[in-house]
Amino acid sequence: MFESSLKQLGDALRAKKISSVELTQLYLDRIATHNPELNAYVTLNPEMSLAQARTADERLAAGSAEALTGIPVAQKDIFCAKGWLTTCGSKMLHNFVSPYDAHVISQFNNAGAINLGKTNMDEFAMGSSNETSYYGAVKNPWDKTRVPGGSSGGTASAVAARLCAAATGTDTGGSIRQPAALCGISGLKPTYGVCSRYGMIAFASSLDQAGPMGRSAEDLALLLNTMAGFDERDSTSLQRDKEDYARDLNKPLNGLRIGLPKEFFAEGLGSDVAKAVEAAIAEYKKLGATVVDISLPNTRLSIPVYYVLAPAEASSNLSRFDGVRYGYRAPDYTDLADMYEQSRSQGFGAEVKRRIMIGTYVLSHGYYDAYYIQAQKIRRLIAQDFVEAYKHCDVIMGPTSPSTAFKLGEKGDDPVQMYLSDIYTIAVNLAGLPGMSIPCGFGENDMPVGLQIIGNYFDEARMLNVAHQYQLATDWHSRAPQL
Amino acid sequence: MSLSTQDVEKVARLARLAMTAPEIETARAQLSGIFDLIAEMQAVDTSGVEPMSHSQDLSQRLREDVVTEANQREAFQAIAPQVEAGLFLVPKVIE
Repeated sequence: MFESSLKQLGDALRAKKISSVELTQLYLDRIATHNPELNAYVTLNPEMSLAQARTADERLAAGSAEALTGIPVAQKDIFCAKGWLTTCGSKMLHNFVSPYDAHVISQFNNAGAINLGKTNMDEFAMGSSNETSYYGAVKNPWDKTRVPGGSSGGTASAVAARLCAAATGTDTGGSIRQPAALCGISGLKPTYGVCSRYGMIAFASSLDQAGPMGRSAEDLALLLNTMAGFDERDSTSLQRDKEDYARDLNKPLNGLRIGLPKEFFAEGLGSDVAKAVEAAIAEYKKLGATVVDISLPNTRLSIPVYYVLAPAEASSNLSRFDGVRYGYRAPDYTDLADMYEQSRSQGFGAEVKRRIMIGTYVLSHGYYDAYYIQAQKIRRLIAQDFVEAYKHCDVIMGPTSPSTAFKLGEKGDDPVQMYLSDIYTIAVNLAGLPGMSIPCGFGENDMPVGLQIIGNYFDEARMLNVAHQYQLATDWHSRAPQL
Repeated sequence: MSLSTQDVEKVARLARLAMTAPEIETARAQLSGIFDLIAEMQAVDTSGVEPMSHSQDLSQRLREDVVTEANQREAFQAIAPQVEAGLFLVPKVIE
């Protein structure tokens, strides 16, 4: 049952081979066994999950079930879910029981999916290793001395360890793709604006995007069908016709043109990762694809640009946490200003404070043009690199991360080293393009390697097709860690 | 780029973060390293390039100026640190 695809689970539920209550309980039992070691979930609420499962069973009995009705899905703790503790990995929100649902959560609720629990994450999604969570680091199920990646590390660990059927993540600079790569699962960040940001706790609003994480491209397509859609409560949500992201899964890949950016295979890429990615490209050639050498000349600038824009937007977004209306308030203070300062200093962790400081500096008087505006201009140059590249290819491929999962604590003291590990994912967010990561083998220490697939705007269905055809020809995505 | 202790203290104050002297020193060293990384951006010629904030270059949608949210004062106050008679309490601001 834990190896079944979402489609198989849905079929089993509709055929009454298993009830949603039984399936949910199976997962809750498995979580109870393995979560203490992995720390992938921060909040479980079996009563609420099982109540949803009972409702789903009624719907299944009535014959009005949809694709995801009755299926247990874990939610990254960045999504507000009514009645659920929603902490965003921070002490600042240690007591925040959300009074409302994020748009993505209501989409899952409407589909009859079960909220199985909230997954651990880097604090306010700021991190690439899940070590910045106030609730402790998450372990990689392939090697529990290693990180799962971040910021959606709890989700990645839970999916890899089969502690949920599928789950959600969010991606501001690689937070879906990098943990998917490091944990050997599939994850997709849609085109910016496809999934509503309403009720998704904001980090960098011009980059944040929700997306599905699961065990196969086929599963991701079903999840994205539920998650995507226009929402007027998000001012950057895109008004587009509803589409079926699974529609092209079975198309052959004959004639597909794959662009390989030379900057993604240059110095800094681990040889084990390069080998696995090159083997995947060779497999694509067998499937009928051709390869085109391309260049994304401004790739190296994406890190400085990102580390101006994201902290700037974060410093503004996180100014709302002041200890007045919700969240953490310091126990002792002398006056109002001191209450703000003490609450924020005690409520935020080191990485969050560091980014607030960077953002405050680059937005402060006299620096705005030199930093924020300059970064936004280079952002356009980075986006134009992709526009140029897509004149010659249909999808772009490369590594998701320069290395496999590193050891817990290995990069703890040096923020710059951690930031550099996002080199292949960040440009995609800056350009607003869709990107995904799928497992393509194992590198050093038998840790998973991720293949990144970058699509043109709104090309999610094609990317899922490209990923699915590879997963029909290979079995990397169905490998599971021994727990 | 090397930031001064005064620069960091000023930023902490603007960001409403209380920091001890050792914390300021650690932040100074780390932020200087991060700004070295960011400095690479300054050499790029961006004359004539328009800043980009949304990949589809959308302008912000406007909505009708009408109330759409339901009143949920009780739900919102239930999770507040300190409330009284329907108000959020903060320390006295005006003597």
